[in-house]
Amino acid sequence: MPQQTENEYKEILRQYLEDQSEQNLYMGEAFSRKLIERDISPEEVISIHKSALKDVLPGLPSKVWHSFDFLIEMMIRYGLALKEHQSLVKRQEEMQLEMEVAAKVQETLLKTKIPAVEGMDVGYVTVPSRIMSGDYIYFVGNDKDEAGVAVADVMGKGIPAALCMSMVKFGMDSVRHSAEGPSGVLSVINRIVEKSVNDSMFVTMMYGLYDAKNSTFSYASAGHEPALHYRASENRFVELDAKGLLLGVSQDARYEEGAIVLERGDFVAIMTDGVTEARTPEGFVEKETILEIISSVKDRPAQEMAEHVFAELDRMQGFRLQDDFSLVILKKE
Amino acid sequence: MAYRSSVDIHTEWDIVAARQLGRNEAKKVGFGTVDQARITTAISELARNIYLYAGAGKIEIERLNEGGLFGIAIIASDEGPGIPDVRKVMEDGYSTSGGLGAGMPGVKRLMDDFRVDTERGKGTKITAIKWLR
Repeated sequence: MPQQTENEYKEILRQYLEDQSEQNLYMGEAFSRKLIERDISPEEVISIHKSALKDVLPGLPSKVWHSFDFLIEMMIRYGLALKEHQSLVKRQEEMQLEMEVAAKVQETLLKTKIPAVEGMDVGYVTVPSRIMSGDYIYFVGNDKDEAGVAVADVMGKGIPAALCMSMVKFGMDSVRHSAEGPSGVLSVINRIVEKSVNDSMFVTMMYGLYDAKNSTFSYASAGHEPALHYRASENRFVELDAKGLLLGVSQDARYEEGAIVLERGDFVAIMTDGVTEARTPEGFVEKETILEIISSVKDRPAQEMAEHVFAELDRMQGFRLQDDFSLVILKKE
Repeated sequence: MAYRSSVDIHTEWDIVAARQLGRNEAKKVGFGTVDQARITTAISELARNIYLYAGAGKIEIERLNEGGLFGIAIIASDEGPGIPDVRKVMEDGYSTSGGLGAGMPGVKRLMDDFRVDTERGKGTKITAIKWLR
């Protein structure tokens, strides 16, 4: 094999030295691809060249041959750099694959089912900006007259955020939602996050509980983006916010609770800052613009509304999300 | 009995002496120009590590003949601080990103066999072997 490579090289070189045509050079280029395929290092190429030249142009002064030895010395580290590069590329491919598997695991972990509640239409969209998401939407309900929803945003992105979130999920699974109520749920999750997450990691969360028996939506917030309440009778938006510290800051944070009554055609939109802080090359998308986008589809089913808002903001950002995007629409029918 | 010779490393110029010794021995074993260059580059790397991190140590070169299989061994030893995390030092991209050159993975690639014995505060012994094919 090395002998064969040497013979092939010699032939191409001989022809080139005779004609110096572009075709010879093209053959040389094609041959260099073969050399790479055969895993022949730069220093070996010089060595092949030297021995080919000895046959093609014998009788060159000895200093010329020494110069090739010098060139071989020059090429050793290039050869090493190439090998290292190849091994790093391979490692990156492995990591990429691992990330994809992890993202699948996360997807399964974060799967949530929209609860069926009398007179309430629920829709949502959640899209990560990278492979793993730092946003989290959680539904809970008795499939009769009660539905709870949590929208959380872990500060930071990628793997650390995803790991932190799986803990929030297990916290949510273990809480007695209906008995605790929104501020109670946040207190429990806060204690879990505070205990098990390091100091540099914070989570914001908005939690809402809808009771179909009296059409009440009660909510609490842990430093989360305010939700929006659209009042159909007045055709305007009202911000829903409640005082409360981010999750994981202090063991005994308290969470204020608010409540509204939803009328026919009203809806509540809960989102993460990936929605409100959407960035275009010209700057942040204005709040008014976002409200206009939501308004323009207010008569459509909740799922379509959420999808439309996402599609619009995605388009405005050139289809490259800067941050994880999550939006839940709860619409009173 | 294998033939072994050595060069003490105290200054940067001793690296040149170690290379010279390695090249002469590699020639005697019968290695070609490319392999000679690889062996001397590995010696450079190991000798420089001694010079930079341990201050002093030695490079020994041994010609090998194991049942008709010929080769050369480079034994780099010092009584320096030892390598705290060998696993890390052997990782690609670890030493090169710090501008230290080919690093340990480079030496391993240039040679056929590679072995590190290190103890914190006691020193390091690295053995690298290349066989003649």
